[in-house]
Amino acid sequence: MNGYPHRHLLGIESLQPSEITAILDTAESLREILDRPIKKVPALRGKTVVNLFYEPSTRTRASFEVAEKVLSADSLSIAASTSSAQKGETLLDTAKNLEAMNPDMIVLRHSASGAPHFLARHCRAAIVNAGDGAHEHPTQALLDALTLRQRKKRLEGLRVAIVGDLLHSRVARSNVWLLSKMGAKVVLCAPPTLVPPGIDALAPVTYRIDEAVEGADAVMMLRIQHERMTGGYYPSDREYHLRFGLTEARVKRAKKDVLILHPGPMNRGVEIASEVADGPYSVILDQVTNGVAVRMAVLLLLLGGGGES
Amino acid sequence: MGAASAKSVEGAVPAGFRVRRELMDAERLSRALSRIAHQIVERRRDAEGLVLVGVRTRGVPLARRLARLVAEAGAPPPPVGALDITLYRDDLTTVASQPVLRRTEIPVSIDGRTVVLVDDVLYTGRTVRAALDEIIDFGRPARIKLAALIDRGHRELPICPDYVGQTITTTRDESVQVLVKEEDGHDRVLLLEKEPARRPAKGKPRRRA
Repeated sequence: MNGYPHRHLLGIESLQPSEITAILDTAESLREILDRPIKKVPALRGKTVVNLFYEPSTRTRASFEVAEKVLSADSLSIAASTSSAQKGETLLDTAKNLEAMNPDMIVLRHSASGAPHFLARHCRAAIVNAGDGAHEHPTQALLDALTLRQRKKRLEGLRVAIVGDLLHSRVARSNVWLLSKMGAKVVLCAPPTLVPPGIDALAPVTYRIDEAVEGADAVMMLRIQHERMTGGYYPSDREYHLRFGLTEARVKRAKKDVLILHPGPMNRGVEIASEVADGPYSVILDQVTNGVAVRMAVLLLLLGGGGES
Repeated sequence: MGAASAKSVEGAVPAGFRVRRELMDAERLSRALSRIAHQIVERRRDAEGLVLVGVRTRGVPLARRLARLVAEAGAPPPPVGALDITLYRDDLTTVASQPVLRRTEIPVSIDGRTVVLVDDVLYTGRTVRAALDEIIDFGRPARIKLAALIDRGHRELPICPDYVGQTITTTRDESVQVLVKEEDGHDRVLLLEKEPARRPAKGKPRRRA
């Protein structure tokens, strides 16, 4: 019996709750390795992983690289800014050329939604989506869920507020799917200009942060994605902070043992006040450690046997 | 009562196998463990700074019981660890289905101590090889010893146990199933053999359609 019977990890939307649980359980078992004197196990010796990143990333890429090294896979990272993509090579041509070197897995970050699905159709390697456009970021949602589950011992029945730039956020989408599949109650909150059409079909949307945070077990803050903003979505960062920023006063509306999550990088003083980011309820650094564990679990489940049939 | 125990045995037998005979009942199993515990205590060097490390799954409850028995035999109660060797298997990337991974827990530093690895069945020795590699990633023990409840032969690697409950001769077609209270509800060791492929088992409905 295989807990995760798929060849790729393209998104959360198509996963069964039991498959999500299998990934989280595996990550929980693997986390201990990061505390060992020798942080390396031979599980994926001889496997090659290519990290192909068409968008800037610190956390996600470093996290995948650490996970690959801990599991003894050979890995190479390619950033589009220093690659032939600058010379106009298409994604498929780049992937086909990399594939000629026989990697077992390609981890892809791309600005176009669906790019990993496209590669999965054309490549032999296992494909892991490390963020595609405004679509999905499955490993982020999994590490958020792992962090919540560790602290709250469950996901079912939790009230989770997701607040911020919903329009550009793949993290929000993956999280809404994952949390609702696992039985949590999700509330979304953003200014009307940053609410994508149709998202209210997935979870209720409010324009008032106080309402979203009220009685919450956890609040996930989303980054204002300045780099993706082409128009005037809100008057100023200061105004945004006043209306939608998570301040200490607003945290008080949530449950006493509320957890504050942020996928990083944070805009301090915009979506989140510094006191909150560094406060006792903040689990932002747990998220980073759990990120490595979740990525190790994904690598292992996709490359560690049973993936062929 | 007879029916109940027959049912629980059947639940423990993997598909395609049937029980050939019982190797140990609960009492013989407990006597075997207590003999091993006494042997460990008698070798003073092993008993001092002792850490018992069970190989998951059934080595772990056996190690916990050995720790109690060692303490009862007069030695200081040893800490108990658990090893999941999945990530060190030499066939991890070729096995047909992914084994469920469980956490490895080594509660104390093993540097300079005597580690006794505890496993239920010693067979090819490949599990022990993996366990040795994993243990060594946690530090540099003074020595590592091996305890197995059953040694069924057919070693494929140069590995030899230091403490054995019972040595038996088996064929490669057979299988040894150790059942322990903590995991299976009762203590018992069974020798299994492959079911003949031609005809279904008599008098019993097929378990799988």
